[in-house]
Amino acid sequence: MSSPTDLNIDHVANLARIALTSEEKTKFAEQLGDVLGYIEQLKKVDVSQVEPTAHAFPLYNVWSDDVPRPALPVELALKNAPVQRDNMIVVPKVVE
Amino acid sequence: MSSELFYKTAAELATLLEAKTLSSVELTQAVVARTKAVDPKVKAFNSFDEENALAQARASDNRRARGLAQGPLDGIPVGFKDVISVEGQPLTASSKMLAHFVSPYDATVTRKLKNAGAVCWGRLNLDEFAMGSSTENSAFHTTRNPYDLERVPGGSSGGSAAAVAAGEAIVSLGSDTGGSIRQPAALCNVVGLKPTYGLVSRFGLIAFASSLDQIGPFARSVQDAAIVLSAIAGHDPQDSTSFAAPIPDYRAELARRKGPWKLGIPKEYFGEGLDPEVAASVQRAIEFYRLQGCEIKEVSLPHTEYGVGVYYIIATAECSSNLARYDGIRYGHRSSDAKDAIDIYFKSRAEGFGAEVKRRIILGTYVLSSGYYDAFYLRAQKVRTLIRQDFLNAYKEVDAILTPTSPTPAFKRGEKAANPLAMYLSDVYTIGVNLAGLPGVSIPCGFSQSGLPIGLQIIGQPFQEAEMLAIAQAYEQAHDWASRKPTL
Repeated sequence: MSSPTDLNIDHVANLARIALTSEEKTKFAEQLGDVLGYIEQLKKVDVSQVEPTAHAFPLYNVWSDDVPRPALPVELALKNAPVQRDNMIVVPKVVE
Repeated sequence: MSSELFYKTAAELATLLEAKTLSSVELTQAVVARTKAVDPKVKAFNSFDEENALAQARASDNRRARGLAQGPLDGIPVGFKDVISVEGQPLTASSKMLAHFVSPYDATVTRKLKNAGAVCWGRLNLDEFAMGSSTENSAFHTTRNPYDLERVPGGSSGGSAAAVAAGEAIVSLGSDTGGSIRQPAALCNVVGLKPTYGLVSRFGLIAFASSLDQIGPFARSVQDAAIVLSAIAGHDPQDSTSFAAPIPDYRAELARRKGPWKLGIPKEYFGEGLDPEVAASVQRAIEFYRLQGCEIKEVSLPHTEYGVGVYYIIATAECSSNLARYDGIRYGHRSSDAKDAIDIYFKSRAEGFGAEVKRRIILGTYVLSSGYYDAFYLRAQKVRTLIRQDFLNAYKEVDAILTPTSPTPAFKRGEKAANPLAMYLSDVYTIGVNLAGLPGVSIPCGFSQSGLPIGLQIIGQPFQEAEMLAIAQAYEQAHDWASRKPTL
């Protein structure tokens, strides 16, 4: 089992794609350390015979019919795009 | 019953509108004027559009003149927490990430309220991305508690609660993931209801934790909450987690259900950390029910102490996934400082998100990461099963459960902001309800010596909102806390 100091904040911030400042890293590591310390108490619970609950009243296989329906028009879909051109969103090069 | 229009209930106003002694334009003008008068102090709103609201009001009056009024909400100004999409209006989540975002479509609840003729009024402040218990995490400003402007209104739906308390909206919508409707309702002397998970569609609600989030009403009476709930509830094919349960006319059901009821009092909710004045008010409420002929039974919810821990694993895990979409590419803030595509993600998210949001994403990412998933997330999901079973076991013996909503009345701005864990613990009585997917409502049940509102929470059985509301109304009919308005 992990201990609160297992939180490698550089690694996790990288996974989360958030550029933290070194101040934030120090502060969050401490604050989250407190929270994780508090959460340690969950280890006391005997869950050996217990199934996980993904959500309270489970639904299974909620299908929709494969029928075309009106969709959001392109102009609306792009209304909030930071940079756009020719019905496309402009981004920096991703492939060299 | 108050004489000012902006303090009347939706039910009272519907009677006046139907009699045509009042127009929606007059009512909306009164609400707008009230907002302009007090919101500089209360700061409930992120934005509002007066012209747009009056145009909707005129449309309502036109419908009514042609005999086409849609029901009790036609012409009534309804406030919206700024996470619920209203086409053409801002949708900011009180975050820099979405500061300039404009909704391209209506949420399902918005569409339903428009069909009911409601006037969609304003964008109400919240803790950023619905993460918080005080509205202090808003990237824009902190809403004040109308009963004491030095104190918080609660959160995350602080603006929605404060607006209804202060007469800046007749009713409003909020969202509740760990208590974000019920707790601010308790702190602001209003009714706040979280439906059973799946009763109300989440389509068009900015997602925080998908297995916990629900939209619900704030109102000044149980009857008004029932009216709004009937309007917004119902199966939605666009939300695959919504339930196909028939929706009763909750207002009509109130008249039919009179008790007496078997009410459970969970011993774990009356221990350490509960403010003595809150405990006393809630005990007086329990005594009221006993004197009405209800059977009051002590029950045990033995896994209560694990609720906050379970929640802060599951909710943060789910939010780390839900907030991955804010990457600066298709919408939202894009950093102008990025050197390549991946850097856009790192910098846009660093610049767009506030501290609490970052903290929760980091924690959620960690508990889901390789090597830690079983120890944290899977374990939390199993304890969640036990928490849910505690409630279902109690419901073999009682019809509903009574608890305090919040362990304390409203706290001062800044008092808990520096200590995330202390802030998280203020959700202790509301959080289990979300984990178990149950309905819960907070109603006013008194004031502290210093004039701060106190709330009573009634937790219902799954999809039994009608019974839960009837229990709530039984108390409300004998106690007029709602008339004690804030001094603004």
